[in-house]
Amino acid sequence: MKPAIELRNITKTFGNVYANRDVNLTVEKGEILSILGENGSGKTTLMNMISGIYFPDEGQIFIDGEEVVIRSPKDAFDYKIGMIHQHFKLVDVFTAAQNVILGLEDKKGFNLKEAEKKVAEIGEKYGFIVDPKKKIYEMSVSEKQTVEIIRVLYRGADILILDEPTAVLTPQEAQKLFAVLRRMRDDGKSIVIITHKLHEVLSLSDRVSVLRKGEYVGTIKTSEADENILTEMMVGKKVELNIERDEPQNPEDRLVVAGLNCKNREGIEVLKNISFTAKSGEILGIAGIAGSGQRELLESIAGLQHLENGEILYNDPKTNKTENLRDKTPMQIRDMGVRLSFVPEDRLGMGLVGNMDIVDNMMLRSYRKGKSVFLERKAPKDLAEEIIKRLDVVTPSASTPVRRLSGGNVQKILVGREISSSPTVLMAAYPVRGLDINSSYTIYNLLNEQKRRGAAVIFVGEDLDVLVELCDRIMVLCGGSVSGIVDARTTTKEEIGLMMTKKKEVQEDAN
Amino acid sequence: MIATILNKAIAQGIPLLFGSTGEILTEKSGNLNLGIPGIMYMGGSCGIIGAYLYEQMVEVPNAFWGILIPLLASLIGSTLAALIYSFLTITLRANQNVTGLALTTFGVGFGDFFGGSITKIFANGGTLSVKTTADFFKTTLPFADDLGWFGEIFLSHGFLAYVAVIIALVAAWVLNHTRVGLHLRSVGENPATADAAGINVTKYKYLATCIGGAIAGLGGLFFVMDYTGGSWTSGGFGDRGWFAIALVIFALWKPNVGILGSFVFGGLYIAYTYIDGLSRSAVAIFNMLPYVVTIIVLILTSVRNKKENQPPASLGLPYFREER
Repeated sequence: MKPAIELRNITKTFGNVYANRDVNLTVEKGEILSILGENGSGKTTLMNMISGIYFPDEGQIFIDGEEVVIRSPKDAFDYKIGMIHQHFKLVDVFTAAQNVILGLEDKKGFNLKEAEKKVAEIGEKYGFIVDPKKKIYEMSVSEKQTVEIIRVLYRGADILILDEPTAVLTPQEAQKLFAVLRRMRDDGKSIVIITHKLHEVLSLSDRVSVLRKGEYVGTIKTSEADENILTEMMVGKKVELNIERDEPQNPEDRLVVAGLNCKNREGIEVLKNISFTAKSGEILGIAGIAGSGQRELLESIAGLQHLENGEILYNDPKTNKTENLRDKTPMQIRDMGVRLSFVPEDRLGMGLVGNMDIVDNMMLRSYRKGKSVFLERKAPKDLAEEIIKRLDVVTPSASTPVRRLSGGNVQKILVGREISSSPTVLMAAYPVRGLDINSSYTIYNLLNEQKRRGAAVIFVGEDLDVLVELCDRIMVLCGGSVSGIVDARTTTKEEIGLMMTKKKEVQEDAN
Repeated sequence: MIATILNKAIAQGIPLLFGSTGEILTEKSGNLNLGIPGIMYMGGSCGIIGAYLYEQMVEVPNAFWGILIPLLASLIGSTLAALIYSFLTITLRANQNVTGLALTTFGVGFGDFFGGSITKIFANGGTLSVKTTADFFKTTLPFADDLGWFGEIFLSHGFLAYVAVIIALVAAWVLNHTRVGLHLRSVGENPATADAAGINVTKYKYLATCIGGAIAGLGGLFFVMDYTGGSWTSGGFGDRGWFAIALVIFALWKPNVGILGSFVFGGLYIAYTYIDGLSRSAVAIFNMLPYVVTIIVLILTSVRNKKENQPPASLGLPYFREER
């Protein structure tokens, strides 16, 4: 049997950077193939060339043994290839059915009613739940993904490419998705799934192809693979995959949050009666579906949100005094001697200024120091040099604009700056998002270091495997309220996943 | 009296209706064409030049050519202007605001220069008038006068007025009930999505902007032929182009709402002439009314924050597929 897709010596460059170089890849009919690789290894670029978003500079693409040229997404549809992008390509103000028929040239004319019927039918066939008349902006992330998949199936695609489909799903939703994908495979369709999560690869796929730095490393059968082999293929060397976790040393209540309520600008309650305690010398994890109030919670503590009511009490370890941080600006909080560090999720929006160089970004924290009208540049420069050296930041020099660095290096600069003030409270939102395995472990080690130093670390994460391994306690948010706080040493991913989607009746506190 | 006011309000509203329908189509493709005032100017001046040349060419102008030639001249002028805008913003991805404002400056200058030159050369400094041709445009239904107030309000306009309403209705229908409309809206909302769905984004943007420009240009033609009766005065068109853009917001990007809106704006625009004893400054305040109403609409829609009433999500942004 001829393979569904065969790629030969595909090369793609952006400027003078190779995104893909001489990649060979085969997708068989009726299989689930995982494409594994770190961020920036060219997985998405490669798939975008099959789905017509990019055009390869060199190389050949064969579909069913015939060489083809795919110049646009429309060409890809004609070859029955459909891609589900990581960032959903849906029009917010359209209904599910409108999005599904978008771009179709149906000879029979424009009939939305019929399309709605067919959408519902496809949903039933593979076991999705979808309302064809629901507008996209009213949908949850997993509903949106469903619409994307139905759109591809509606066009009769035989080859489905999914780009990191589980990144935004709860474990339960991911399991449901996997069941659907297996049903499609049994239906004879070829499924390509791009991911960097090893356990997904192992549980779902038939074969795994690995890319590293834009180059093809190899393909192995999933049945012959394990996490260590895959990681070694991915990274190119052996990596220790265990995150260390010490017992907290002399935990004291550092930050006591009680009854926080917060409304956003539209007047919708985003935080509902949130209470928890962050202790010194421990890492408190925060889990939850994206947009469950994580961002608002951290911003409230950092003094960036207006609170309806509630208290944020800080116990100063030096003076043993208790201060209320509520309704204080970040400047006031700092003037009170509270060493609070915040690594926001939006690195280049809230954390750093992309067009400024590393030294200038250090000064964002220290520009008010010194009495002269001129800026004091010596200290920030030394700090920048030190961070570059200590955290192995890959940069031409300390005077390189931050936006030219890769995601991992940008994050190292940001975290490095935030921990340089030896914080007593360190908050980090999604600090490893978009980072490769090595950089991720550097960041985990830095968080652990701060924990050992006695800081209260608050870590908002999305990868439940990491949360369970790294944190001491995990607080789970659901729709702006706390659905429970669990002991990370005894809990399971599944338990957290359930709590992410529904409120727990009895609040379990692991103290 | 009331019938007269309503009649005048509608006549005032028609150029705005053309302009806003054209701009709505353009904006639905994600292009914020602030060159619409200039394009309307060019549509008007090209129309009058066409009419003038035709009147010079023949002894006795006939109605068929007398309408067709100015109409084509106007359409060509405004489409070319929109094409300049499209090329700069879609192909070269220039900033839409800057390009649009430059086009308005250009269009106003173009209109005044050619309108003015022709006046100077041929009318010896007097007023340029193509009254014969204009009368073709102003021809109304023969029985309009027999129908009392109804005839006066609704039937006593030249054919372009009805064209404006029909175009607006057709545009509304196309946008909401056809595949082309769905595709066009998706281009303006999220071009990357439209592109991934196999829609030719560039084609839709070009066509919507050029057709929108052509429609807006007809507003200029209506003004010079129907409203002023075939004469060109420098700056006579005034700020109607900007009213048309304000009307787009007032109509919440719905061409059918734009029909009613244009009459409201037209009424507000001439309200001062029916109030006795207004000082010049009071007149200026009256002239602001359409903008005030637009601001109120903006406030109301922002407060209600209904997604469907917001501008197209990618309005004003350039699209480039391989952008990383």
